[in-house]
Amino acid sequence: MSTATAINNTPRVLCDVQDLVDDSGVVALHDGRQIALFYLPKGRDRQSGPEVFAIANHDPFSKANVIGRGIVGDKDGEPVVASPIYKQHFRLTDGVCLEDDRVRLDTFNVRIEGERVVID
Amino acid sequence: MQHLTTHEAAIQQDKKQLVIIGNGMVGHHCVEQLIERGATQHYQIHVFGDERHRAYDRVHLSEYFSGKDADALALGEADLHATHGVSLHLGVRITRIDRDRGEIITADGRLPYDSLIIATGSYPFVPPIPGPEVSEHPQARLVYRTLDDLDAIRYHAANARRGVVIGGGLLGLEAANALKSLGLEAHVVEFAPRLMPVQLDDQGGTALRERIEALGVGVHTDCATEAIVAKPDGEYAYRMNFQDGEHLDTDLVLFSAGIRPQDGLARDCGLEIGERGGIVIDETCRTSDPEIFAIGECALWNGQIFGLVAPGYTMARTVAGCLTDVCEPFSGADMSTKLKLLGVDVGSIGDAFATTEGAKSYRWIDEAGSGYRRLVVSSDGKKALGAILVGDNSYYDTLLQYVQNGIDLPEDPAALILPQSEGGALMLGADALPDTAMVCSCHNVTKGAVCRAVDEGCADIAALKIETKASTGCGGCAALLKQVFEHELESRGMEVDKSLCEHFQYTRQELYALVRVEEITSFDELLEKHGHGLGCDICKPTIGSILATCWNQPIMDPQNVALQDTNDTFMANMQKNGTYSVMPRVAGGEITPDKLVALGEVAKKYDLYTKITGGQRIDLFGAELHELPDIWEELINAGFETGHAYGKSLRTVKSCVGNTWCRYGVQDSVAMALELEHRYKGLRTPHKVKMGVSGCTRECAEAQGKDIGVIATEAGWNLYVCGNGGMRPRHAELFATDIDSATLIRTIDRFLMFYVRTADKLQRTSVWRESLEGGLDFLKEVVIDDSLGLGDELERQMHHIVETYECEWANALKDPEKLKRFRTFVNDNSSDPDIINVTERDQPRPARADEIESLAVEIR
Ligand SMILES: Cc1cc2nc3c(=O)[nH]c(=O)nc-3n(C[C@H](O)[C@H](O)[C@H](O)COP(=O)(O)OP(=O)(O)OC[C@H]3O[C@@H](n4cnc5c(N)ncnc54)[C@H](O)[C@@H]3O)c2cc1C
Ligand code: HEM
Ligand code: SF4
Ligand code: SF4
Ligand code: FES
Repeated sequence: MSTATAINNTPRVLCDVQDLVDDSGVVALHDGRQIALFYLPKGRDRQSGPEVFAIANHDPFSKANVIGRGIVGDKDGEPVVASPIYKQHFRLTDGVCLEDDRVRLDTFNVRIEGERVVID
Repeated sequence: MQHLTTHEAAIQQDKKQLVIIGNGMVGHHCVEQLIERGATQHYQIHVFGDERHRAYDRVHLSEYFSGKDADALALGEADLHATHGVSLHLGVRITRIDRDRGEIITADGRLPYDSLIIATGSYPFVPPIPGPEVSEHPQARLVYRTLDDLDAIRYHAANARRGVVIGGGLLGLEAANALKSLGLEAHVVEFAPRLMPVQLDDQGGTALRERIEALGVGVHTDCATEAIVAKPDGEYAYRMNFQDGEHLDTDLVLFSAGIRPQDGLARDCGLEIGERGGIVIDETCRTSDPEIFAIGECALWNGQIFGLVAPGYTMARTVAGCLTDVCEPFSGADMSTKLKLLGVDVGSIGDAFATTEGAKSYRWIDEAGSGYRRLVVSSDGKKALGAILVGDNSYYDTLLQYVQNGIDLPEDPAALILPQSEGGALMLGADALPDTAMVCSCHNVTKGAVCRAVDEGCADIAALKIETKASTGCGGCAALLKQVFEHELESRGMEVDKSLCEHFQYTRQELYALVRVEEITSFDELLEKHGHGLGCDICKPTIGSILATCWNQPIMDPQNVALQDTNDTFMANMQKNGTYSVMPRVAGGEITPDKLVALGEVAKKYDLYTKITGGQRIDLFGAELHELPDIWEELINAGFETGHAYGKSLRTVKSCVGNTWCRYGVQDSVAMALELEHRYKGLRTPHKVKMGVSGCTRECAEAQGKDIGVIATEAGWNLYVCGNGGMRPRHAELFATDIDSATLIRTIDRFLMFYVRTADKLQRTSVWRESLEGGLDFLKEVVIDDSLGLGDELERQMHHIVETYECEWANALKDPEKLKRFRTFVNDNSSDPDIINVTERDQPRPARADEIESLAVEIR
């Protein structure tokens, strides 16, 4: 990771759990890519414990980097985020757009390790 | 002529002979209809046209002078007749009908018929005014009906400077326009006291006259021409002498003094003719001889001639039906007209002259702008009967629907013709809309089409959108589509699923009540008790808004953050490139020079694009997420507070300058606007709310286009409610008159809280008002007369909001935890590299895709 301001000296760490916002999103920079991180403190079923999802921040419909600022929720039980510009929904698990399944955002493998959020 | 020498051979023994006299608009339409209905299987059709041209569009005849040639005006396919075996005889005049032998006669021969259709139209009436011999002075007797007439006009205009049209009706004005477009100085001479005497009343005629004179056309009404005299040595070729002793010199004279039905053939063969001309027909368009039909402008039905093309077409369809399968009786036609004459909108609907017994009129007269509108209503004031419009036809469609469909008029019918603050006419509720009403203008979907789709099984909005394409263009019709759809479902007794979304089986109104009654203070609590799943982008902001209205918690408090749309989360309006616009409150549009300078300095420092908005304030565009707190820090230090431009809440109270400065003002509108804006700022509502205050009845603040409009009177204030600008403008309705300031505020308190309590999500007051059963009267009972006993409670709830108001930005700046969110990247201080601006008109703006590409090339 080239950015000098990374919080930890381990290159795989994206940010602290502290930086995440409950039931909502923030954005981290990783190898020049913008990654939207969504944090569900109780998990997608609201009981199994904290979960974090990572998908590309770039919204292909508006061509702006805004996905991390969308509202999180579920459609038929699947966790999704709605783009704040034109309101399309993207599945957090695989990035697929529910309105047009030919469109898919990249997803990333992230985990919580102690106080840190790390990426594979 | 060969058609008559060969016609005997052309007669096919197995087919009947059908002859059509006249190849004008109606005759031609009849041929098309006959072909479409398969009449050529049983009939050998012959069409005779006096004119040498193919049938052409007479309605748009004037376009012959603005670029269209005969081909461009022609109707239908050129080979239509040949393809379907119809014999077309152009340039051949029928001279006689021999009913005894069942034959028509031309200069060259005869042709038998089994059925005959007369579609000879009409001819221009030229009054017998003494004048020079026509054969030598054709330019003193021009008319305006056929392509040949127009060729003649063009020919004679070439050497002329001035032209006079006799007759100031619809066609006369069109002819005057034609003369003008040929470069002549045009005059109109009208015998009646006003222009368009058939369609307009005196005031309408006056308004039209002013507008037409403003275009440089001379108008002479009350003016009877006695004689036309040739002046071989004069400056102009002719002099027209008028009865009153005046005169007018001119190079050519064009007659447009009315039309007369072309009924000579019918008259000569003994068919029944009306007293003042016209071939008498019955509802099957048969003349007194059942084998002979008459259609179009030559026909007289029920004592009436129809000088418009649409009724003619209806007659054509009737006859085509009678001769083939089903005979749909002709039952008259609406003579309402909407025209643009010399660029001036003119409309006349139904009983425009209030001839119905007991009819009353509303009139709107704009002497300054030469505008005029008249609405004629029934004696009980319940139904619209007719209307006249001069200057603005945007009112036409709605008025026509009221008249044609017998829709009940609104409380204040005058509102239908009063000026609309943001253009367009009043909106009708879903129930009142006729089937022909346009729901989606992008895809041309009418209410009728929506109903059909529902009949064919569309059970939800998504299916409806796929089926009709409605609401898939700009999306602006979504609310109306939903309203119409739900109304249709309900009227069919179907269950309307009004659940907010898949997570809550309740309406917004029900959820509001649950939150209030159970004193629920967080989304999680509500989801726990009454919902399931995680929620979504529909229920979260809706419930966030309800919680804010009820408990006025800061929207940035942790339990509320995740509920908000990005605009509310970051308290700014996201623009298309992901940056935000910042809009501090400028209450009532009043701002000190110091604050103006401060705004300018902030904009300069952060390189923001600045624009004055429609809400009388200043928007600063292009701020990145991480810049927002710094920008607000500076704004707050300069004395600003948040403007809630991002929220579903009170936006602005627009005001005029009022009696402090304005010579007409009767109250201090600015002070009242400030009081209202500071009272209701921060109130979260189902949708945005806008207000306006004007200092007198001139209404410079356009308050009647707002959710709440206040207009000063000598005695106090008039309150208007539920107006709307935007894409479906709605005129606000008068709610209370001459009330004092305290009463005004109390009434608005109650009104707003009642709206908040009972409206659906994202429902503006205008739509809410349309959906209220009991309408405005009900609303007045609840709010003014307190019929539900809610008054105190509503006021108390409003007081709570007012007392607990806090600027959301000031609140957020105090809390580092909240500011944490204002980071473009949580692990990096850089800006979003994809936000690229270019400079235009000395300000930044987002680069377009093509610009970004060329920039990238330069950098490499
Ligand atoms: C300038 C102008 C503007 C107009 N604007 C409008 C408008 O905005 N809206 C509207 O609704 N209406 C308008 N009208 C009226 C509209 O054009 C007429 O209502 C329509 O053309 C009537 O059709 P018709 O077939 O009955 O008559 P026509 O179109 O006049 O056709 C009759 C045809 O029969 C032929 N014919 C007559 N006698 C014989 C015979 N003995 N043998 C053979 N052929 C014969 C004639 O030559 C003519 O071609 C306008 C008319 C004019 C002139
Ligand atoms: C994403 C969509 C929209 C954006 C970004 C937007 C933006 C704005 C802004 C910035 C203003 C100035 C407001 C102020 O000063 O507070 C404004 C005013 C206005 N907007 Fe919108 N708007 C949007 C949608 C709409 C819609 C859907 C309607 C109508 C239904 C509408 C109707 C108006 C009107 C009538 C005004 C003028 C208000 C006045 O003169 O007082 N806008 N809009
Ligand atoms: S509404 Fe009346 S008081 Fe206000 S600016 Fe206009 S004329 Fe003046
Ligand atoms: S009218 Fe409103 S929604 Fe349309 S472009 Fe302008 S600001 Fe945007
Ligand atoms: S009006 Fe229906 S989508 Fe634009």
